[in-house]
Amino acid sequence: MKSPLYINATACISPQHTMESDDFLKTDEINIDIPMRSIEPNYKSYIDRRYLRRMGRMVRMGVSTAVKTLKEAGVDNPDAILVGTGLGCLEDTVKFLQAIYESDENIASPNQFIQSTHNNVAAQIALLYGCYNYNFTYVHRGFSFESALLDAVLHAAEANDQPTNILVGACDELIDMYLEVIEKLNIWKPKNTSDKKAFGVGNGNTPGEGAAFFAVGNMQQPNSIAKLEALQMIYKPRSKEVLLAQVKQFLSIEDIDLDTIDLVLLGHDGGNNAKDDYSQVVDELFSARPQGAFKHLCGEYKTSGAFATWLAVEMIRQQHVPSFVRLNEIESSDTKRILIFNNYNSSNYVLSVISYV
Amino acid sequence: MPRKIYITGLGISSAIGHTLDDVVTSLQSGRTGIKTIKHVDSRFRGVLPAGEIDFTNKELADILEIGSVKTHSRTALLGMLAAKQAWSHDNALPLRTGIVSATSVGGIDRSEIAFKKYMVTHDIGGHLHQLVSHDCGDSTERIADYLNIEGFVSTISTACSSSSNAMILGGRMIQNNMLDKVLVGGTDALALYTLNGFNTLKILDEEWCMPFDKNRRGLNLGEGAAYLTLESEESIKVSGSTPICELRGFGNTNDAFHQTASSPNGAGAYHAMALALKRGNLDISEIDYINAHGTATPNNDLSEGTAIKNLFKDYIPQFSSTKSFTGHTLAAAGSIEAVISVLLMKNRMLVPNLNFHNIMDEINIEPIKILNENVELKTILSNSFGFGGNCTSLVFSETA
Amino acid sequence: MQETIEKLKVQIIEQLNLEDVTPEEINPEEPLFDSDLGLDSIDALEIIVMLEREYGLKVQSKEEGQKIFYSLKTMAEFINENSK
Repeated sequence: MKSPLYINATACISPQHTMESDDFLKTDEINIDIPMRSIEPNYKSYIDRRYLRRMGRMVRMGVSTAVKTLKEAGVDNPDAILVGTGLGCLEDTVKFLQAIYESDENIASPNQFIQSTHNNVAAQIALLYGCYNYNFTYVHRGFSFESALLDAVLHAAEANDQPTNILVGACDELIDMYLEVIEKLNIWKPKNTSDKKAFGVGNGNTPGEGAAFFAVGNMQQPNSIAKLEALQMIYKPRSKEVLLAQVKQFLSIEDIDLDTIDLVLLGHDGGNNAKDDYSQVVDELFSARPQGAFKHLCGEYKTSGAFATWLAVEMIRQQHVPSFVRLNEIESSDTKRILIFNNYNSSNYVLSVISYV
Repeated sequence: MPRKIYITGLGISSAIGHTLDDVVTSLQSGRTGIKTIKHVDSRFRGVLPAGEIDFTNKELADILEIGSVKTHSRTALLGMLAAKQAWSHDNALPLRTGIVSATSVGGIDRSEIAFKKYMVTHDIGGHLHQLVSHDCGDSTERIADYLNIEGFVSTISTACSSSSNAMILGGRMIQNNMLDKVLVGGTDALALYTLNGFNTLKILDEEWCMPFDKNRRGLNLGEGAAYLTLESEESIKVSGSTPICELRGFGNTNDAFHQTASSPNGAGAYHAMALALKRGNLDISEIDYINAHGTATPNNDLSEGTAIKNLFKDYIPQFSSTKSFTGHTLAAAGSIEAVISVLLMKNRMLVPNLNFHNIMDEINIEPIKILNENVELKTILSNSFGFGGNCTSLVFSETA
Repeated sequence: MQETIEKLKVQIIEQLNLEDVTPEEINPEEPLFDSDLGLDSIDALEIIVMLEREYGLKVQSKEEGQKIFYSLKTMAEFINENSK
């Protein structure tokens, strides 16, 4: 990246106490309930009831975190609203289908149809704030959030010398039907443990959900808390060697000396492969660095990268890596630069660097 | 000076044709693709008109030579058919490539079948193969894998402006030197879900739709896909592609008025068009034709017509909607109409806004009514507006 | 008539998900739209769905709906007239 993207505010709803508490990183006890459902706030304190009544759960999660973020940033008219979602509003989709079939296609709720459109979160935010600006929604699996982030990077680059404020985030929800489906598809085995090491390498992940938003911009501000220095998405590398080469290329092009990385935050897929390409690359490249994990906190879902980014930003803001994140015994003297390396389904890999300002 | 964005490939699959030549012939002869629904297993089959494609999924799979349909959704199959025409690339070349696709229904044409069975048996077993293509990213990856596209892969979903927005992202990535050559566009198949969805909103026409007509009643749905290859100038030197025209300008705004309806004065549309002109460094007098969003709903056509009048003032260009040819193809509308716009430009013709009879009193402007041939079209503007107030305008121009 | 009105209040609150609104708060004579309830065209469509599902009554268009849905009272009258 030519210039960093400054992160000025962030908020997150997750299966942990991340929304209405500032002390999550200092907690002694993480939530390990299965399935990993979000701990939700009182939405009425974020969203006017006239809009709230229409919103399904996922939209509430997304919009409320966006509202909290914008408030913290002191922004009420972002230059762009960029949202990522892997599966959109599943609940409303299922409800609408149910209504169609139960009534032989005669009676169904228009609101559920409208709410189920993928760009609904971005649209609701625009409506709430009367924001006429650029408004995109990305829906590509494990790249949904990062595509939105890339668009923010583009906006920052195009702003030239003018200050720009962008809202970027992601949300996904977990519904019962989805749990049934993935269990039958044998994709993820539910794993009932707080042992973060169990979330990886063929041991299974548990599905999760959540929302995370960020107020970002092209210029450092007094309230800037972190910056995005680099971002790369890697699509279906043909082999472990190709994945390894692409990760190395990223580090080289972005001029990242691994010795300057204080934490490598990992997103093991936990799929059925005993030693997948991702794990092998991690062993080859990052075994000498401090490592951390995040999916045991938020679960596995297409936009978990947004949670990872929120976590990285908070660790940098608070200059603290909690023991419940650490994966190995290696420690760094600083918490200034975090490399996120996420894996979705062994086909969508993401690399990003979050650092201190 | 921002990098130019060249269009070097086109591909389409629609109710008016599955090749560029077929589409031109249909446009020229005024032949609509809208007929009574024949294939979708819905109570609306045999009842409502739509721009349905007359191939079964099996026939599409045969044309694509992929063997059986497997777990491909209809959305993916249509996308592959169009993308195949638009993309030609040697991966050994030192070019950064990618695909930005768009869809609103994704694979719901299959998952809705699985869900019906799940509702009865409350067991998803036996129908899992219908579900794996459900999400929006699926059709993009199927296209990428089918065509061996390496590099950047992403999907956009902003309702009816989706594929236009895919073109914007691809274009901006080229302008900002992130990509050299990118396939952009979108695809959507007809599904029970959307038929019923639009029916609950009471914006469907039970007969052939009438865009911009005083007596318009609503829209006809359609299905299809269209893709374009975008390249930078440097890329063309390496790839040897021939530029067809330029993606000269673009703009995306939000109407921020209502979840489904457009504001009466079309503010979102106005600003999107204005932004597109500004980005392309164009004056209102330079637009030779507008391919309108023109869904034929009472709301859209009034809102869009008002916006066109307010922006273009004394320079209102010739305009038409081609949705009475193709139906409203939802996420694919933007790219389908982009391809149509480019075909019109290259074939030097303007085609009538089919099924228009009476001018709207409120705005007193009428679309093109007859075929015009041998017309010089240097610059064309194309609109696509989606639910959630998403407004996008694109401008195409002849290569200099 | 009163019974229909009371029943309608509960059904409207449920169908439109008017959390925090109690039946007592809805004045049956007052306009439903352009009021503090903040109902819009999507709600009009939702009410059409509710009428069909609960009372088997079809409203053909939004325009016809606008007359029927002026107030809870006009809705109750419509239901009583057409349920015979």
